[in-house]
Amino acid sequence: MIVRKIGENIISPIGFTVGENFSAVLAGKSALRRYESLWNLPFPCFVSLIPEAALEAALAEEGLDTYASCTKFEKIALLSAVKAVKQSGIDAKSERVVFILSSTKGNVELLSREYPDFERVALANTARFVARHFCNANMPITVSNACISGLYAQIVAYRCLISGQYDTAVVIGADVLSPFIVAGFQSLKALSDEQCRPFSANRRGLNLGEAAATVVYQVAADEEGGWQMLAGAVRNDANHISGPSRTGEGSYRSLMSALHDSGLKDSDLACLNVHGTSTLYNDEMESIAIGRAGLSGVPVNAMKGYYGHTLGAAGILETLLTMRALENGVVPATRGFDGQLGVSVTVQVSSKALDTQRNAFVKLLSGFGGCNAAAAFYNGYRL
Amino acid sequence: MESRVIHRVKMTPKSLEVDGKCVAVAVEDESFLTHLYRKYRMDYPKFFKMDVLCKVGFIASEILLEAEGAERFVPRADRAVLLFNRHSSLHADRAFQETIADPAEFYPSPSVFVYTLPNIVTGEIAIRNKYHGESGFILLPEKSETVMEQAVERALMDNETTSVLTGWVEAVADDEFEAEMKLVI
Repeated sequence: MIVRKIGENIISPIGFTVGENFSAVLAGKSALRRYESLWNLPFPCFVSLIPEAALEAALAEEGLDTYASCTKFEKIALLSAVKAVKQSGIDAKSERVVFILSSTKGNVELLSREYPDFERVALANTARFVARHFCNANMPITVSNACISGLYAQIVAYRCLISGQYDTAVVIGADVLSPFIVAGFQSLKALSDEQCRPFSANRRGLNLGEAAATVVYQVAADEEGGWQMLAGAVRNDANHISGPSRTGEGSYRSLMSALHDSGLKDSDLACLNVHGTSTLYNDEMESIAIGRAGLSGVPVNAMKGYYGHTLGAAGILETLLTMRALENGVVPATRGFDGQLGVSVTVQVSSKALDTQRNAFVKLLSGFGGCNAAAAFYNGYRL
Repeated sequence: MESRVIHRVKMTPKSLEVDGKCVAVAVEDESFLTHLYRKYRMDYPKFFKMDVLCKVGFIASEILLEAEGAERFVPRADRAVLLFNRHSSLHADRAFQETIADPAEFYPSPSVFVYTLPNIVTGEIAIRNKYHGESGFILLPEKSETVMEQAVERALMDNETTSVLTGWVEAVADDEFEAEMKLVI
């Protein structure tokens, strides 16, 4: 039995389908730009925002203009889910379908109102709102696990399907930006006010971005083939709540576990699609974890230079783009990498796209709370 | 193989139950959480820096692990920490929002912001106990024992995980919290 991808969507500032996003990435496009005082914040920031007008038009196109009073977060999560479900052709109201939401902060911007609606801020209620749109009565699962949420949600989906609990999982990742999130990352001195430079010697921090992404997974017979999730693992550094381990402990452990369970060898891997936030500590930590795993020879790429860090969407968005890229025989360039490697263990990161014939990759993410996730994906037929 | 609960802790602002027995009730002159911290001689000064969700989760986990009686603080990767609630890190979120609400007194606090993620409490428990295993936080629209049990069963599918420290941990105010924590093997 395999867990196979049967539907997908990305809603981002550079496209509202996976195809549009992939074309934009291949062309080196990005909506990341500098704002001198976004939302009157007293510092400049370099972020990527989904344009409201395009979002409204896309909602109308799907007959979702009745949701005009929804928040931007609710709109992008719903729009992405609707487009992916439509593409998959599933009967989303079936009791054999589970909805899984991945988000870090969701509707947190509502706390800035004079009388905040705490129930609407509760992410589990957004998940229920989306599931109810499809008349799905199962209790939705919301994974809110910092920056690994999008990958962890896919691991939860994998287990839901392999265990036989459900046949189909609709996994939606979404986050929007607000003064809350931008000021928070700024307070941690994690933001760069210019284009982020993953793995570069002079990297100065991360950029933030908005996105929603949805993947629909279904159990299938081995001979069905196609993109499938082979294995995944989550491990903790047990070191610090807001800084990664100096030994890459949790990242290394999750990577080894996912690789072992997948049965893949390093020679099978087209790339490691890493977190690559462009903070000093994250990229250094990932290089150490990759080195410890003996994977320093495998191409590494990161998507943060196109989108910024899209938080709860990142795990799904970056997985889907890597899948589409490998179908097209290419490992995308790491946009923002300036050619001067600035990590202590050599990794094969490149500012140019790389041709590949391989059809498997491992996705890595790490986050606050010391959490790390890795998952292995493969396109084809199991031997 | 069916999993089973080997120990459980239930804590409210006024009471503590361990394995079904009432062992403490709130005192008047200090916060109940601080009282329990001292009563159980936890000796972990980081406790005082934590937000209320982390304090509640930390205290409940300490008492649960004392009930287990196994050797503590030995690095291990076979135990997952999987917690649930409904309101995420709402208490810390509101506290952080306070620090940015007034443009004249705009001072976003990094020490508050780090607690605006629900999974920080799972990280605190992992750090304290040197747990390198899976750590996760799941939000549910309501407390469903069935849905939580299913999530624990799924966590046990991991190739290294043999036990799960799990449960419902909710804290929406300093004096409004609830923990029902279990050790499942």
